[in-house]
Amino acid sequence: MEYTLKDTPALETQTLEVSLGPQHPSTHGVFRMNVTLDGETILKLKPVMGYLHRNHEKLAENMSWLGSMPYTDRLDYICSMTNNFAYALAVEKLAGLQVPERAQYIRVIMAELTRLVNHTLLIGFLLNDLGAFFTPVLYAFREREKILDLFEAVAGSRMMCNYFRFGGVKVDVTSDFIPRVRQIINKYPKFLDEFEKLLSENEILMARCQNVGVLPKELAINAGISGPMLRASGVPYDVRKVDGYSIYNRFKFRVPIGEKGDVYDRYYIRILEMRESINILDQAIKEIPDGEFITKEGGVGARSPRNFKPPKGEAYGRIEAPKGELGFYLVSDGTMKPYRYHVRAPSFINLTVLEDMCLGQKVADAIIILGSIDIVLGEVDR
Amino acid sequence: MKTLEEIKKDIESCYSDATVTVEGTSLVVPKERWLEVAKFLRTHPEYSLDYLSSVTGVDYKEYLEVVYHLYSIEKKEGPLAVKVRTDRQKGLVPSVTPFWRSAEFQEREAYDLVGIHFEGHPDLRRILMWDEFQYHPMRKDYVQEDQDRPEKEF
Amino acid sequence: MFGLGVLKGMLVTFKNFILSYFTKERLTTVQYPEERIPEKERFRNFPFLIYDDKPEDLRCVSCDICAKECPPKCITIVRDKDEQGRPLKRPKVFDIDFTICMNCGICEEVCPFDAIFMDHEFELAEFGRFEDLNYHKEDLLKSAEYFAKIRPSDAARIDAKRREKTAKAQTETQTQNPGTGPTK
Repeated sequence: MEYTLKDTPALETQTLEVSLGPQHPSTHGVFRMNVTLDGETILKLKPVMGYLHRNHEKLAENMSWLGSMPYTDRLDYICSMTNNFAYALAVEKLAGLQVPERAQYIRVIMAELTRLVNHTLLIGFLLNDLGAFFTPVLYAFREREKILDLFEAVAGSRMMCNYFRFGGVKVDVTSDFIPRVRQIINKYPKFLDEFEKLLSENEILMARCQNVGVLPKELAINAGISGPMLRASGVPYDVRKVDGYSIYNRFKFRVPIGEKGDVYDRYYIRILEMRESINILDQAIKEIPDGEFITKEGGVGARSPRNFKPPKGEAYGRIEAPKGELGFYLVSDGTMKPYRYHVRAPSFINLTVLEDMCLGQKVADAIIILGSIDIVLGEVDR
Repeated sequence: MKTLEEIKKDIESCYSDATVTVEGTSLVVPKERWLEVAKFLRTHPEYSLDYLSSVTGVDYKEYLEVVYHLYSIEKKEGPLAVKVRTDRQKGLVPSVTPFWRSAEFQEREAYDLVGIHFEGHPDLRRILMWDEFQYHPMRKDYVQEDQDRPEKEF
Repeated sequence: MFGLGVLKGMLVTFKNFILSYFTKERLTTVQYPEERIPEKERFRNFPFLIYDDKPEDLRCVSCDICAKECPPKCITIVRDKDEQGRPLKRPKVFDIDFTICMNCGICEEVCPFDAIFMDHEFELAEFGRFEDLNYHKEDLLKSAEYFAKIRPSDAARIDAKRREKTAKAQTETQTQNPGTGPTK
């Protein structure tokens, strides 16, 4: 799709360059889009990032393996549990550590609760971008709060959980954890129904979202798009299904896919994914066994991070984070610090196609297209 | 998925003069032949590695290394880790953006942080650091500017 | 019919508006300074140093492990010395810079002497940006009773562990030099 000035009738017009952001409420953080406009139509869009760059990777090279765990919380600060999960998985792959059964189940429960948090919040903020100012966000926050309370009771912190350890989790869950998860999964579908009643059939939302920001299937695969965005474009690819990491191959769940790959599909796929997450949670809390929450080896490693030295080698561990495929590429030289530590951040790579989706659309659509990608600047800039 | 040795054989049967080596769990491709090998891996129906998950640069002090992790969405296979090595001074590596768009930002990041120059990249600029920045912070000889924090040795 | 979806949505907001006056489900907020949500036991904020009976009896032996393991390196410890210049098992300086601390709780986990724990205190507003938030040893001291109050189950576990340890140490000294008894 090439849009030039020639497409418009023979009027003497000039292009207009607008810098959207970095301090703009619609850019979800300090993110800038350099947009070239013809009237309201976007001719060119260049994302500018790095305002929140702190060189997470270099920081990690200067501290112990466990020392980076609290820093991974700050990558995608909405879903710290899945960041921990990906990092723990990669290090366990590198060091060849086992994880006890109970810890596996706790991890899966935490990851799926995080997915609920992230998707609920995303839908709220997407509606904010659409102009439904703060009503959906506050409903989303209200439900998210219940899950965050649970995280706080278990891990000690609402957002910066720092809960996973190599070979298990930090502490066992509290005794009332399982009943509380059950309570949440009993009530969540009702909330989702209500949320959908509020939004899914809303004519304004449909008019704004349908056929906007279409991402074709081939481009999505080629550009390394992952997560709900890839599936909304009609590619049934879910790392949970494909890799079956941790214990995901034990659960029955479906991978919802979209038809067109427009903003509406990306919105709706998240609702469907939340329903599948509830499904997984339901199975997980029924099956969770008693036992250890961390291996003996892992417990020793957690108490003295300096003595945790994975053997020489490298590992690439990836998980299906709520935003897409979150991967950690780690190189160890056999010392207590990582030699190389690289994060494959899903929302960073998902931004690759922002320009392709926005070309030919109006400025207001660029805002919701960006919103539907679901970026968190902590992860984009690292 | 085939083993690395079989992949090596397949590549060498297609491109007789390409010397691909297997190191650990990854395939090391000479940078002169990397574009051809990338095209082969991308298009050959037996592999069709259509999904480039991660691109990153590593500084090994004597040389720089670019690591690619390839997956196949079509066949639901992977990963295949491919490494391409280059010297530290120039750091030239051909860009694979024409084959995989996902390399676009990731190669810019590797250029920015490790200082690998990707030939043929459509828009090779700094992405995370600002444009005037002189150095490549992920290199091992980079000296941190912020020296006021007391360094604690382990 | 066009507009039905919008109407349905309005009904949902109206329902929420009305029910927020009646159910706790729909209105989960509290009026903060007057009303507080009870703290969870595992909630962690900034670290504090624990002492047993008197503030001089710090559990900390200034081993420097927490300072080394702290990911953002916010802890500074200087070991105390006696008149002859021999190092003592207590810190002279123990500073935690709360502007740097990121509440990860790793210090608490790695401490082999159960001397540092994460606090529940979160109202820490200060006028100065730097020095006011650099907490010194005196500011960080809190009693074991306080710890038992905020985190009863952790305190019970740790006390039991410590009692066992001292008992073991006592029997060991008794077997090594019989007749002298435990030295305090």
